[in-house]
Amino acid sequence: MSTTPLRTPLAAWHESHGGRMVDFAGWWMPVQYSSIVDEHLATRHAIGLFDVSHMGRLAIEGPAARDWLESLLTRRVSDIAVGQARYTLVTSDEGLDGLTILDDALVTRETDAADGTPRFAMVVNASNRARVVAWLRSRLPATGVSFADRTAETAMIAVQGPLAVATVCVLCGDDDAGRISGLANYRATRAFVAGQPAAVSRTGYTGEDGVEVVVAAAVAEDVWQAIHDAGVPRGLAACGLGARDTLRLEAGMPLYGHELVAESDPFAIGLGLAVNLEDPAGNPRPFPGREALARLRAAQPARVRVGLAFDSKRAAREGSPVVAGGRVVGTVTSGSLAPSLGHAVAMALVDRDVSASTAALEVLVRDTPQAARLLPLPFYKRPGARG
Amino acid sequence: MAELKFAKSHEWVRPETGGLATVGISKYAVEALTDLVFMQLPPVGKKVKAGESLGEIESVKAVSDIYAPVSGEVVEVNAALPNQLDTLGADPYGAGWLVRIKPDDPAELAGLLDQAAYDALVKS
Repeated sequence: MSTTPLRTPLAAWHESHGGRMVDFAGWWMPVQYSSIVDEHLATRHAIGLFDVSHMGRLAIEGPAARDWLESLLTRRVSDIAVGQARYTLVTSDEGLDGLTILDDALVTRETDAADGTPRFAMVVNASNRARVVAWLRSRLPATGVSFADRTAETAMIAVQGPLAVATVCVLCGDDDAGRISGLANYRATRAFVAGQPAAVSRTGYTGEDGVEVVVAAAVAEDVWQAIHDAGVPRGLAACGLGARDTLRLEAGMPLYGHELVAESDPFAIGLGLAVNLEDPAGNPRPFPGREALARLRAAQPARVRVGLAFDSKRAAREGSPVVAGGRVVGTVTSGSLAPSLGHAVAMALVDRDVSASTAALEVLVRDTPQAARLLPLPFYKRPGARG
Repeated sequence: MAELKFAKSHEWVRPETGGLATVGISKYAVEALTDLVFMQLPPVGKKVKAGESLGEIESVKAVSDIYAPVSGEVVEVNAALPNQLDTLGADPYGAGWLVRIKPDDPAELAGLLDQAAYDALVKS
């Protein structure tokens, strides 16, 4: 099947600013504008500006919206406060073992409608949007919940780095700037950014401080350009998906399709915190796949997610075998040069006993064994990071 | 200096006096790769066939094969290059050379693209 990739509202900007465009999950996206390393380091030291409009943006509203999401997601929804975002998995009970992980997602409780109706926003991966939307629609109750896919009519701009929040605040009135700069991590607010109504959240996928800004498609280029112009004197670089991937890898963040797949055991890959099997009172929370997840939590996982470091810049890639004592003990799920560290790193799934052992590890990089050592995740933690 | 010839896979060849052929990677290819992190070159003495892998070059994003533009024996390797990959970008047609090959058939070079044809290829 061959289809024309979808264009975000910023695709023309990328093309006219040297973006190297590729089809990514059905979207026409920039991999890089200049150099992945330069874009990566600009994000670590100043500001990276990312078009993440390819991510799916779903709106769930209605008097029964909260209870409906509570019945479907692995994380508790009922106690998400207005203006709070929470990382969750989207699961179904299909599949051999009664569990399929359809996606990981961020669910945010937005300000209630004027009549008090609760409203939620959900951000899902571009590659999984169609099946998550289909799954959610198939579970919609007859009344009480309205569900809309707002991906096409909006844009999402990630502004990441130590100077990101201050730069966005320059484009806001005093009240909005104060609220944005005061946002805790995983908190969200409404604000006017560059004069346009926006949903602003203290979230991101880079390991840096920063915000993600959702605006209407029609004004996306104006807002993007305003942030760009305000940020360039402070060291801002427009960044493509290449830097987004190296940044999230250094930050030890799993990516669906790599560390996290449909058959994953979330407890084995460090995503146990994304699964609430019980409600605050300790009673089981019914949601699709709950029984399978309860079994996984009780069992010892065969393989666990670890970080690997190499002395050289030569990267192990997804699928590279991890070897110890002549035996294959794991598989690399993501690997790259870590620009902030100056050497290659990888995330891998390895046998449980390996992670506790001190055996000399090697990764077969295009059939050449390369010495590797275990390095705790995340590889990079920003200076002064909480937690 | 003899005129450069190019393979469609972006390697260049320069015939040298004495019948050897110097091989490198085009400026276009180096700029397209960006963020180079690793290069593997063949050992001296390796026999290669045109179109077969001569080595590999890796950027942050991807690993690419380097293909032999002509068949022959590798008689000299720019061993310093993998440790100073910036040279590839700074001087792709000079200090950034990769290997020298003793061609099996010097006439094989005639089948490669000249500069104008290569420029047209990368602009299309």
